[in-house]
Amino acid sequence: MSNGAWHPGLRESYLYDRNVIAEIQRASREGIYDIRGFGAKRRLPHFDDLLFLGASVSRYPLEGYRERCDTDVVLGTRFATKPLELKIPVTIAGMSFGALSAQAKEAFGRGASEVGTATTTGDGGMTEEERTHSTTLVYQVLPSRYGLNPDDLRRADAIEIVVGQGAKPGGGGMLLGHKISDRVAAMRALPKGIDQRSACRHPDWTGPDDLEIKIHELREITDWEKPIFVKIGATRTYYDVQLAVKAGADVIVVDGMQGGTAATQDVFIEHVGIPTLPATRLAVQALQELDMHRKVQLIISGGIRTGADVAKALALGADAVSIGTAALIALGDNSPEYDEEYRKIGSASGFYDDWQAGRDPAGISTQDDKLSARLDPVLGGRRIANYLRVLTLETQTLARACGKSHVHNLEPEDLVALTVEAAAMARVPLAGTDWIPGRHSA
Amino acid sequence: MEVVDLASIPLRELNRRLHERADGPRSWRILNPNGAHAVACGLDTEIDVEIQGHVGYYCAGMNKLATVHVHGNAGTGLAENLMSGTVIVDGSASQSAGASGHGGLLVVHGDASARCGISMKGIDIVVRGSVGHLGAFMAQTGTLVVCGDAGEALGDSIYEARLYVRGEVAGLGADCVEKDLRDDHIAELSDLLARAGVEGVEAREFRRYGSARQLYNFKIDNAAAY
Repeated sequence: MSNGAWHPGLRESYLYDRNVIAEIQRASREGIYDIRGFGAKRRLPHFDDLLFLGASVSRYPLEGYRERCDTDVVLGTRFATKPLELKIPVTIAGMSFGALSAQAKEAFGRGASEVGTATTTGDGGMTEEERTHSTTLVYQVLPSRYGLNPDDLRRADAIEIVVGQGAKPGGGGMLLGHKISDRVAAMRALPKGIDQRSACRHPDWTGPDDLEIKIHELREITDWEKPIFVKIGATRTYYDVQLAVKAGADVIVVDGMQGGTAATQDVFIEHVGIPTLPATRLAVQALQELDMHRKVQLIISGGIRTGADVAKALALGADAVSIGTAALIALGDNSPEYDEEYRKIGSASGFYDDWQAGRDPAGISTQDDKLSARLDPVLGGRRIANYLRVLTLETQTLARACGKSHVHNLEPEDLVALTVEAAAMARVPLAGTDWIPGRHSA
Repeated sequence: MEVVDLASIPLRELNRRLHERADGPRSWRILNPNGAHAVACGLDTEIDVEIQGHVGYYCAGMNKLATVHVHGNAGTGLAENLMSGTVIVDGSASQSAGASGHGGLLVVHGDASARCGISMKGIDIVVRGSVGHLGAFMAQTGTLVVCGDAGEALGDSIYEARLYVRGEVAGLGADCVEKDLRDDHIAELSDLLARAGVEGVEAREFRRYGSARQLYNFKIDNAAAY
């Protein structure tokens, strides 16, 4: 029902709104849970609930367009002999070839390389397209081990051990049969057309003590050159980060529950994990208490959309952020250009989340040759580069306003919260007060 | 024969030298491993490595081309993600032996613990003794041969891998069923046993297990199996 059909007297239930009613009807009709892509759609406390205190009398701002505000970041300084040197603190998160078309993966590599940052492989292994077009490529080691091989490990620039992701901490992955092309099937050593399950646990280690030995093995195989990232979905973030440090990670990636996925049960996306905002603060606290903040670098992901999100994550103590869903949108996902086709498959531009279905009109979340051919990887790369530049410029704008000559000089003291919840989660004062809920006074 | 004594040479130095490809020694003997982890992992050339003693986790991990022979027992993740070459253990192996192996041959002359061949992707594994629970869990392709017994939930959620067990199977996992042992299987099995150097065992004594292929695509009628 469109809102145009409403008239006085029609009262929608808050508890049983139209989406809830539609889902109950769908479940009773189909007998299977709803699987979709995208990330959490519910309203969650987020970086929008924080504001920067720009400089005024008590603080000195920097001149926009005149005074430098640097953005470079080095990842993997703890043990790796070849840490990553990035020009901007925004990387492209891990997304699989299989979930995405080869053109999309290539576009990420082109765009990230143009602005001097990294992109990341995903479940299913490394494609030639993304290796060739990515100056800096992070190679994921996932529980499924699809396509994992030592040659790609050695030609990667960093290794990311994926323990979990924000959209589904504690869950494995799935690539539904209709997205399994001949090439995807061959890379994953599985028959074409079957649902490919990615395990939720690694096959050869369990727990932090084993993880430490696993990291040691990967370092030995790659002669201690590559930075080793550990990616965790945000849940018990404080403890997980401390255990990852203990296990020997060079870099920790914390993915909040707003992080996207190509295919997961809706109930998982919306009801497991904690938001990126408290996860960021918990991760920084864990590092600080071990005196490892800035020694083990922290990457935050899950709902990073704007330079404001980037700047706030950095101000809370992150060294860099990663983007996934926003990068897909920058590439053309949910573009009005394809609105008519979205409607033909029961969606609309701005709402499309059936990334699991393989029918993406924009040619991104598909293995259909005709659809994926719509995505020009050169043009897509340019869009990604443009978007990354905007994120960087916005971050610099906010940092200069706070008087910072490097985006990493942003600090929690630059922030206030708009809501009591955000103040408690980020441990910054509620705006106009010196009150931080949950902080014990001396 | 290059001899390296891990009692006096650091593991890092050993693995660094083993990774050097050009004109290095073709035969190596490693003494006093004393349960060290990641011994001879990431090898990438046709060399022979003899290890005199017990090794810890991930011995010969991600091996390509090389032959690694452990004269002792091996810890967790022996020959994990094996790509090619051969890994032989005279004693027993801990859990996840041959995990996610893409190719090559792994031979365990003793027993192998839980999750032997988990997520295997083309590796051939021959175990002279028995394997623990969840052998070949989510096994994709390749062959697991167990001359002794297999524990609970053998082949749980198996894809296209082939399993041969000579002794008792405590229980089959989801979607794993017994299948006919045809002549082509007997030929394959005989060849594998010969390559593994296992004697006194006849291929006809084995039973074959594999996927019923009922869980390949989600069907709500199978919900109880998940």
